[in-house]
Amino acid sequence: MLRQLEGSAAVAETVALCRPEVVCAYPISPQTHIVEGLSDLVRAGRLGSCEYVTVESEFAALSVCIGASATGARAYTATASQGLLYMAEALFNASGLGLPIVMTVANRAIGAPINIWNDHSDAMSQRDCGWIQLYAEDNQEAADLHVQAFRLAERVSLPVMVCMDGFVLTHAYERVDVPTAEQVDAFLPPFEPRQVLDPADPVTIGAMVGPEAFAEVRYLAHAKQMQALDAIPEIAAEFELAFGRPSGGLVRGYRTEDAETIVVALGSVLGTIEDTVDELREQGVKIGALAIKSFRPFPLEEVRAALGAARRVVVLEKALAVGIGGIVSANVRMALSGIDLHGYTVIAGLGGRPVTRKSLRALFERAVEDRLEPLNFLDLDRERVESELERMAAGGRSGPHAENILRDSGIVASRSH
Amino acid sequence: MAGAEDGAGGADGQRVRFYQVGSFAAGNRLLDPEQRTVQARMDRSNTLTSGHRACQGCGEALGARYALDAAMRASGGKLIAANATGCLEVFSTPFPESSWQLPWIHSLFGNAPAVASGVAAALRAKGREDVRVVGQGGDGGTVDIGFGCLSGMFERGDDVLYVCYDNEAYMNTGVQRSGATPPAARTANTKPIGREHPGNAFGQGKDLPRIAIAHGIPYVATATVADLHDLERKVEAAMELRGPRYIHVFVPCPLGWGADSADTIKLARLVVESGLFPVFEARDGELVEVAKIRRRVPVEEYLRPQRRYAHLFGDPPRTDVIERLQALADANIARYGLLDGGVSDIDHTGVGKKSTTGAAE
Amino acid sequence: MKHPVGGSSFPGMEGLRATFEVRIHGRGGQGVVTAAELLSVAAFDEGRHAQAFPSFGSERTGAPVVSFCRFGDTPIRTREPIAEPDALIVQDPTLLHQVDLFSGLRPDGYLLINSGRDLAELGLAELGERFRPERLLSVPATELAREHLGRPLPNAALLGGFAALSGALRLDSVIAAIRERFGGEAGERNAAASAACFHHVEHELAGAVGA
Repeated sequence: MLRQLEGSAAVAETVALCRPEVVCAYPISPQTHIVEGLSDLVRAGRLGSCEYVTVESEFAALSVCIGASATGARAYTATASQGLLYMAEALFNASGLGLPIVMTVANRAIGAPINIWNDHSDAMSQRDCGWIQLYAEDNQEAADLHVQAFRLAERVSLPVMVCMDGFVLTHAYERVDVPTAEQVDAFLPPFEPRQVLDPADPVTIGAMVGPEAFAEVRYLAHAKQMQALDAIPEIAAEFELAFGRPSGGLVRGYRTEDAETIVVALGSVLGTIEDTVDELREQGVKIGALAIKSFRPFPLEEVRAALGAARRVVVLEKALAVGIGGIVSANVRMALSGIDLHGYTVIAGLGGRPVTRKSLRALFERAVEDRLEPLNFLDLDRERVESELERMAAGGRSGPHAENILRDSGIVASRSH
Repeated sequence: MAGAEDGAGGADGQRVRFYQVGSFAAGNRLLDPEQRTVQARMDRSNTLTSGHRACQGCGEALGARYALDAAMRASGGKLIAANATGCLEVFSTPFPESSWQLPWIHSLFGNAPAVASGVAAALRAKGREDVRVVGQGGDGGTVDIGFGCLSGMFERGDDVLYVCYDNEAYMNTGVQRSGATPPAARTANTKPIGREHPGNAFGQGKDLPRIAIAHGIPYVATATVADLHDLERKVEAAMELRGPRYIHVFVPCPLGWGADSADTIKLARLVVESGLFPVFEARDGELVEVAKIRRRVPVEEYLRPQRRYAHLFGDPPRTDVIERLQALADANIARYGLLDGGVSDIDHTGVGKKSTTGAAE
Repeated sequence: MKHPVGGSSFPGMEGLRATFEVRIHGRGGQGVVTAAELLSVAAFDEGRHAQAFPSFGSERTGAPVVSFCRFGDTPIRTREPIAEPDALIVQDPTLLHQVDLFSGLRPDGYLLINSGRDLAELGLAELGERFRPERLLSVPATELAREHLGRPLPNAALLGGFAALSGALRLDSVIAAIRERFGGEAGERNAAASAACFHHVEHELAGAVGA
């Protein structure tokens, strides 16, 4: 049913329809409305037999999910930022054990300095933990991806992270067609575990594996993600058939067919990018955009096919690999190996800094004239950075960077737009 | 030493004493079936079966075997175990072998209580509360790194029996100090170097059984491998209840303590008799039963056979440190009333039953 | 679900823009975020696409808060904060000279300020030269809220006032959204405050035209 509601609420309702049996909740901005919503639904009896466990940390949240999933229960939790880091050990454990847990990550920056606003540092920091990573462009897709995620996870026996931009999507009201229970039940069968703790048929899960077998076990994790490269589009296609709208998949091109310049990005920023692409197209600029929806497994072939004919590629990303530069762009570069084109990385939107059409337009205009650096920082205040570097170079007790820059900026809280 | 049935009349009418009846012997097949320990039964589960790689004399292997078999019996064989990283996990599952004969999961070092909570939640969601859950780990995984998860499990009231096998250090990684390492003990990072460092520091450490009691959970008990009847009985008592339950088992580690592998049970007995390790039961936040010391020993008798305390018996001996340890033992005896009357309140002949006539000796 | 036919529904705005953009300023605890959400629901009830989102920090009561709402007949893709609003609603007049509230307001934009004093008394007379004076208005929304709700929560009232001032949304849509969100007694009282403010603004506008 088509409704106007908050992204978090849409996700909570959709997750509830997936009939999780164990939901773990530890609060962290900006995921709180999701777990609150699920709590209400559980208490109202809308989830049938579901245990809602309030845990004492994110590490515990995922650990409880691990125990539950190993016992054959469909398990779910949600987190962001610091919470994702706090469960880092358990992330690897869950994927290593092949447990099909689904988790929402409400993408948020990682401190220090502490920052509660949106960027992709959290999920990117865990890109190699073995979880499948899917990125939603809007709240409709955020809701839909959870339904697909459970099916995908249980099919390939790997946990899945559904990433949605914190605040930008979680706290945005927009129209979402929330599926019905019948629709979801028809699409998502009950969980049939590949391994389960069952007194009637005891197994040992989580034994130590030495040099003689570890490589094979790890390779299997990779092989399963390779299988997911097929499973993801299949499930997306079946979803479109069953629910009547496209969502998910590996990549999605926007006006890329004859584009000479293609902008690559993940998540909600694509909406603003597409509006800007349309503006430039109206002026005859051959520009398009590519949304990467599955970041892990990374769809090398699909990205290569979409970008290979362009003259230049601009990868716009909301995370920074300190010491080298872009993360998504490095992965994109791998897909383009052997193909000669101009590649630019743009780091944008860190810590929730808005990505505006105005800035994007100026950026794209420079891009099409190849007037960009290999590594660019959108809307970075170079003056402030330079003065802080000078302060440091002067030696002595130059003070903490964050406080110095805030003082220089004379930041007033309401001047946030 | 005669019990109620103390034997048949011999040829000249002399009574033959059956010394095993009413004793601390573990097997005790001469008892009535209901009074036998789980280990004495032919149908015991052997949950932790032979072939594991524990050291000779490993207290933890002994304790785990007894605890799990008792829990399996109490649950009718419907039990799932979540194990922390540590010696028990490592020696019981050397890939590709496993000595566990029940569904068993090892996740991480610090999350065994949370994983156990997750198993319990799943069973509840599926309406399978006939299947019971045990979480287990060593002192490192329970008192230190798993502490947050343990407290959360207690606080939520999750239906898990958690058993901590306390050998007083991080043994599997090479004997490093944990929050359960007693004062003056030598470990790899609390060596007695210089006079001001007589081993592990005084004034540190966590008393996890008391912390568990403070959570007000249905059942908390301490036990040792010197009295295996008692350990079984406590596991069975715990399994009669629902909600979070905690048993803290003292398990000597010959390798880590520098003790003779034949001394494991003796050391466990001595730590109780010295007063350094009080044995008790608590329910719903209140102490309900205490094991009295039968034959008190000075702490020295307990410390001497362990090379981790050898630095206290050098030339000259560190009598100052030994006196401080004795003071700790004295304080325990006073706090728990370990010496009043001199007769144990615990009936070792009746598993799960409390005799009103007192134990037969 | 109503789907209006024809072109853009905002003929009052120059250039028949596809979306109408509202920016709401206030302080934490005044329901600024809720106001934007309600606008989006009202627009949805009229069969439009709508997007509402907040811009806030982790402080709770009293800190300046901004929320945004876009609505129109075509799907909304952009996510940037509203830099050039078609309408500004100011829930807390103490922000007026502290923060640059008017940044980006379109020349033909609407301004609704929650205050019993008029623009001149608020020291904003010069705005009449930058913008279209008949589109700038202050209303005593807090007083109306006190009257109808018994509490000084002006957000619902201001939405009614906005509907009257801009004509971008119908009052009945706003009221339906309010009732759906609050329910019961609270819903009725907020709806009443909203209607009262709507009529207050209508009256003001009629008086201004007639004068």
